[in-house]
Amino acid sequence: MRHTKLQPVAALAAGTLFGLGLALSGMLDPVRVQGFLDIFGAWDPSLAFVLGGAVAVAMAGMAWLRRMSRPLLADRFHLPMKSPIDARLVVGSAIFGLGWGLGGFCPGPAVASLSLGLTPTLVFVAFMLAGMVAHDRFFVGRPS
Amino acid sequence: MTSYLVSLLGGTLIGLSSVIMLMLNGRIAGVSGIVGRAVQGVGVWTNGAFVAGLLLGPVVHFAAFRHWPTVTVTASLPLVMLAGLLVGFGSRMGSGCTSGHGVMGLARLSPRSIAAVLTFLASGIAAVALLRGAVL
Repeated sequence: MRHTKLQPVAALAAGTLFGLGLALSGMLDPVRVQGFLDIFGAWDPSLAFVLGGAVAVAMAGMAWLRRMSRPLLADRFHLPMKSPIDARLVVGSAIFGLGWGLGGFCPGPAVASLSLGLTPTLVFVAFMLAGMVAHDRFFVGRPS
Repeated sequence: MTSYLVSLLGGTLIGLSSVIMLMLNGRIAGVSGIVGRAVQGVGVWTNGAFVAGLLLGPVVHFAAFRHWPTVTVTASLPLVMLAGLLVGFGSRMGSGCTSGHGVMGLARLSPRSIAAVLTFLASGIAAVALLRGAVL
C-alpha cells in the first residue's frame, strides 16, 4: 500500500496541466487541427510544436523514470506489453485518424473543450463515447 | 512566431502532465483509454479525476487570460457525429490516440506507437484532403 489513495489527486493535477496545455497550444481549435493536417493546402505547421514539445519533455521524463523501480503512488508501472504491430492497431489508428481529420477533434481536446459548452463539442463527445462503448462491448469485452 | 512559442509551451505542459501520470500513478496519460475506462466504471476515481482536470484546463486558461481558448467547429452536425463515432471506435481499437501513442508512445520509442502515429497522421491528412476536395 503506497499512498494509492492519493492517485486521484495526482490524476486531477495531471489532467489540469494537460487541459491547460491543450488550451494554450491551440489544439482545442478544430480549424487549427485541420490546418495542421492540410499539408496539400494552406498548411499550418504550428501544432507540430505542440507534439514536439510534449514528446521532448516526456522523453526527458522517461530517462529519469528508468531509474525508478516503481512509481511513487503505485506498486508498479502499468506499461503496454510489447506486442507486435497487428491489423487491429493499424486499422484502428486509420479509423481514428479519419475521424480526427473529418471533425478536427481528438479525445483530449474534445473533452477539454466541453467546458466552453458548445453544442457541436457536446455532440462529438456523446458520439465518441458511443463509439468507445460500442467497440469495448461488442468487439473485445471489458476494457483493461 | 509567437503562436509557435505558445504551442511549444502548451506542448511542454502536456509532456509534464504525462510524466506526472507515469511517475506518480505508473500510468500512461492516454486520454482515449482514461475516458473509455471512466465511462465504463473502471478506476472511476482516478480516471474521473483526470477527466475533471481536463475540463478545468480551459477554465484555468480563462482565469489567467480573461478569455476562453478558441474553438471553431466548421463541420456540419452529421459530420461531427460521424467523426465522433470514428474517433471513439478507432482509438479503442487501435489502443490509443494522439496522447497515448502520440506523446508517451513516441517518447518511449514504442514501435507500435510509431506505427499508430504514422497511420493516423496519414488518414487524418487524407480525410482533410477529401474534405477540401469535396468543398471546393
